[in-house]
Amino acid sequence: MLRRVFALIMKELVGLWKDPKTRMVILVPPMVQVVIFAYAATYDVTHVPLGTWNDDAGAQSAELIRRFDGSPAFAVTESFAAPEQARAALDAKRVAVVLHVPQDFSSDVLAGRTAHAQLLLDARRSNSALMAQGYAASIVASFAQDMHPGRSPPIVLLTRDWFNPMLESTWFILPGLVCVLSLIMSLLVSALSLARERELGTFEQLLVTPLRPAEILVGKALPGIIVGLINANIVIIAALLWFRLPFHGDLLLFEAMLLLYTLSGVGIGLALSSFARTQQQAMLGVFVFASPMIVLSGFAAPIENMPRIVELIGRIDPVRYMLVIARGLFLQDMPLRVVLEQAWPMALIAATMLTVAGFAVRRALS
Amino acid sequence: MRLRGLMRKEIRHVLRDPSAILIAFLMPIVLLLTNGFGISLDASEMKLAVVIAAPEETARGMLQALDASPYLAVQRALSTHDGEQAMIAGRVRGMLVVRDDFSPRLSRVTRWPAAVQLVVNATDPNTARVMESYVSSALQVWRTGQLTEKRALPNARIDLQYRDWFNPELRSADFIVPGIIAMVMTMAGTLLTASGVSREWEQGTMESMLASPARMVELILARLLTNFGLGIGSMLLSVLIATVVFDVPFRGGFLALAAAVSLFLMFALGLGLFISTLSRNQFVAGQLSFLTTMMPAMMLSGMLFDISAMPHWLQVVTFFVPARYLVSILQTLFLAGDVWGVIIPNLAGLAVAAVVTLSATVLVTRRRLD
Repeated sequence: MLRRVFALIMKELVGLWKDPKTRMVILVPPMVQVVIFAYAATYDVTHVPLGTWNDDAGAQSAELIRRFDGSPAFAVTESFAAPEQARAALDAKRVAVVLHVPQDFSSDVLAGRTAHAQLLLDARRSNSALMAQGYAASIVASFAQDMHPGRSPPIVLLTRDWFNPMLESTWFILPGLVCVLSLIMSLLVSALSLARERELGTFEQLLVTPLRPAEILVGKALPGIIVGLINANIVIIAALLWFRLPFHGDLLLFEAMLLLYTLSGVGIGLALSSFARTQQQAMLGVFVFASPMIVLSGFAAPIENMPRIVELIGRIDPVRYMLVIARGLFLQDMPLRVVLEQAWPMALIAATMLTVAGFAVRRALS
Repeated sequence: MRLRGLMRKEIRHVLRDPSAILIAFLMPIVLLLTNGFGISLDASEMKLAVVIAAPEETARGMLQALDASPYLAVQRALSTHDGEQAMIAGRVRGMLVVRDDFSPRLSRVTRWPAAVQLVVNATDPNTARVMESYVSSALQVWRTGQLTEKRALPNARIDLQYRDWFNPELRSADFIVPGIIAMVMTMAGTLLTASGVSREWEQGTMESMLASPARMVELILARLLTNFGLGIGSMLLSVLIATVVFDVPFRGGFLALAAAVSLFLMFALGLGLFISTLSRNQFVAGQLSFLTTMMPAMMLSGMLFDISAMPHWLQVVTFFVPARYLVSILQTLFLAGDVWGVIIPNLAGLAVAAVVTLSATVLVTRRRLD
């Protein structure tokens, strides 16, 4: 029996490997994607183009503007004399933020009265606007402190950022890319496999071989697992060697979890494949399922922000669990107990999906 | 005349195989709903453990102020050890530590200011920053309230007001949902033509079509026009979902929308044709259309991540991702209106993308025949 399964696996792997185009789409994209996407994924803002609209002639407003320009978050690019100019520049996205300082700002500061200033933000990108507000608030707070030293000192908030002390966005996104890129590959390879045989009519031939349904399933699952693991490891190597991510956990444990994870991905792919009559339908299935799986996992935005019902749906998503493990093992030495809490749902998903696919193969047989 | 006949054939094809209809209409519904609800950057209820060693009155006031923030869910921890354990296990996102020297220092001016410590799980740096700023502002609110009670409000402050244009509530859905439409259109447009044509190459029916009196350009045109109709329908459905389900305003005009969508569809359908002609194998075609659409449209189009914050070389790369132009136009049309200064350059970008892909398709098909 082992020899039969082995022969089927070889057939599948040779099928993937012999075509140079197929070989290329399995190996090259993850390398390119990991570099491009890792650098793309940042929610932080730097050098936000800032326009000033200063109605005040005093030294204090000039100092405030100097501080905005000096901070890494903002870069003063334009100055306006009238509200319409500011509005037009914001509309056309020439500037993202306008700092408006009214006429009596300097005299208010000097007289010890409350001085007012206004920040107009292009909130089309709400997150960037929120970040810009945060930076502006801290610039203004330190400015106020320096202008009026000694008066009712504020509370100092000392922040320590655990697990990612420099707040590197690559540290956040790369463990996610390990999960996402390998998922895409194992889904694609496995989803098209059964559908392809069915479309070309070779599925019947496969069924008349002495192979039993379970053996067919193993033969169909392994290439997807192998390709998924290769892709995951390409990203891991890039993360460790090129992006210099720490890896605090146990690498062996991580690989074991990846194996379980690709198994669940392949299970979903095969289940999709068993319902599809043509490769086009299988492809559609991958397109429709992959994107929600990636999004609901918390890859791009935290799970806490999702509506309750969406969060519940996300619990059948293996990526969600693997993501916790990947981030936990890269950035912190996540306790084994927490890792195992994530592992059993993945195992459950893999078992369910493979059973579904197995039934489909068996039904085709009878 | 011949074109009409070809189109009739194409339409019959579409009606016979449900795939195309599913791609055009089911995919937008599924993707918009899951992505739209799933990608939210509006922080809510971030769990914060608080360890306070301060007089009961101070502690209660502080906890109340923190709890009043809609973005924080406060739970009291007995010791820093407990708090740390909760953070390591991922049960809380942060821990605020107020030591017993806080109150004495706060009540009189000393050399060392009163400090509290915030420990944040910075695995997700964005959420970490957001949490820090919410904790900080909750503490300021508490402090101001306390000073007002004691009639000791510092009379000199600098009051910075924010006016968030186009999206005053800072709802992330307002900018993400238009971006998702662009992502869905990229995927649907490319997939509509990608697998169909590669199947014909794979099964050899493409050659027999090309041997018929119909010219190749007519064949391509018939396929494009049929799928173009499906694409437009898919777009209208997406806009409807965005405005009705997600309550995103639409402030622009339909002229600009129609222009942008038409050009973009020409690009996406062309890309699908190009990929499938180039690969002639459904597996490779599927791979390539997946790789060139979903992830680039999500990561490099400006749908989620601000392009201006990316490294310079990567900003150059994004010019080759046409979804970027569509995202820019859609975000403007939905939230700001017909700002032609933004729309026209992006339309030009889309036009270039469409022309380049379509001519590449014609070239590749011609070469394939030799």
